[in-house]
Amino acid sequence: MNFPLSTSSATGLLLAGVFGLVFGTLLEKGRVTDYNVIVNLFRFRDFTVLKIMLTAILVGGIGVAVMMRGGILEGWHIKEMNTLGVILGGGLFGVGMVLYGYCPGTGVAAIATGSIHALVGFLGMVVGGVLYAVTFGWVKSAILPVGAAGKTRLSDATGIPEFAWWIVLVAVSLFVFRMLRKKTGSPAERAGNLNSFE
Amino acid sequence: MVILKDMENPLHSRSDAPSGLRARSWSPYLVGAGIGVLSWAAFYFVNKPIGMSTEVSKLSGWFASLLVGMERVTSNGYWSGTTPKFGYETIFLIATALGAFLSSMRSGTFAWEKVPSVWSARFGNGVAGRMIAAFVGGIIILYGARLAGGCTSGHGISGTLQLAVSSWVFFISMFATGIVTAALMFRSGKS
Repeated sequence: MNFPLSTSSATGLLLAGVFGLVFGTLLEKGRVTDYNVIVNLFRFRDFTVLKIMLTAILVGGIGVAVMMRGGILEGWHIKEMNTLGVILGGGLFGVGMVLYGYCPGTGVAAIATGSIHALVGFLGMVVGGVLYAVTFGWVKSAILPVGAAGKTRLSDATGIPEFAWWIVLVAVSLFVFRMLRKKTGSPAERAGNLNSFE
Repeated sequence: MVILKDMENPLHSRSDAPSGLRARSWSPYLVGAGIGVLSWAAFYFVNKPIGMSTEVSKLSGWFASLLVGMERVTSNGYWSGTTPKFGYETIFLIATALGAFLSSMRSGTFAWEKVPSVWSARFGNGVAGRMIAAFVGGIIILYGARLAGGCTSGHGISGTLQLAVSSWVFFISMFATGIVTAALMFRSGKS
C-alpha cells in the first residue's frame, strides 16, 4: 500500500477513527479534559498543559522534520500568516479558552467524560462558527488581507536555519521542564503524578 | 516524602496504583510524546495534520442547514470552501470523544460535572453563571480559531511543530490574552 492514503478512502476513514481514539485517550490521560487543569495554566498554578504541548511540539516536530528531509512526506501544511487575523484570532481564542475552560479538542473530549458545561460551551462553538460564516465576507475583505505574509515558516522568515530553531526550542523546553520540576506544582498536579503511567 | 520522590521520576508508579489504561492519569511528558508520535502517523499515513476547529465549523454549517437549507449554507463564502459533509474530520471528532469516554470509564474518572471546583471557589456553585460563561467562551473561542485559521490542535501543536510563523504568533497571542483574562476573572480567588 502506498502512503499517504486519501482521507476519503475506506482505510483513510478507518485511520481517522484510530487516530481519534488515540487522541481522545491521550487527552483524558493527560487530564486536559479537566477544566481546572486548563484554567490553572493561565493562573500559573498547573503546568500540565504546557508540558504536554511542548513535548508534543518537540517530539512531533523533530520527527516530522526528519521524515520531510528523508523525502517520505508529501509536504508542509503551513497556515497562512494573515498577521492581523492571526493576532486577533489568537487573542480572542485566549479569552474564550479561559471563559470556556477548554479548547475545541479538549472540549469535545471533556463532554465524553461527563462535563456538562463543556457540552454547553460546544453549542457556543457551533454558534461561533455560524457567526464567522455570516461575517466572513467582511472578515475576508477587511481583516485577512492586513499584513498577509503567506504560508511562511520561521526558518524562511528569519533566515535562521531549521536545525538552529530546533536546538533553541529543545534548550528552552528543557530549561522550562527543569524549572517546573523545582516548583512543586498544584495539589492536583501532584495527585496526578502519583498515579502516573509506569 | 513519597510525593516528592515520585515527582522526580514521572514514569514511576507505585505498585498499588493502577497502571496503563486503568491509571487515572499518565505523565504529561508521556502524553505529549504520544501526541507527537500521533502527528508523525497523521502526516505519513494521510498527509493531514491533527486539527479540530475546522470540523466544529462544519458542524455549524450543518446545524445552519437545518434552519435555512443546505443550498443557502453552501452559497455562503465560508462554507462554500468548507462544505459541511460527513467525512474524515467528522469521524476524527467522534472518535476523539469516544476515546476520552472509554479512557475515563476504564480509569473510573468519568463524572457528571456542572460546575468545576476552580470556578466554584471563585464564583460559587451557581450553575447558570458557569453555563453562560461556557457558552459565551465557546462562541469567542471558535470565532477566534476561524479568524486565526486553527485552534490549539491545528495551530498550537500541528502548526508550531512545523515551525509555522502564523502558529507561533497564534500561540503567543493566545497565552497573552488568556493570562490577562484569568488574572481579571480570578483576581480575588482563593484557589
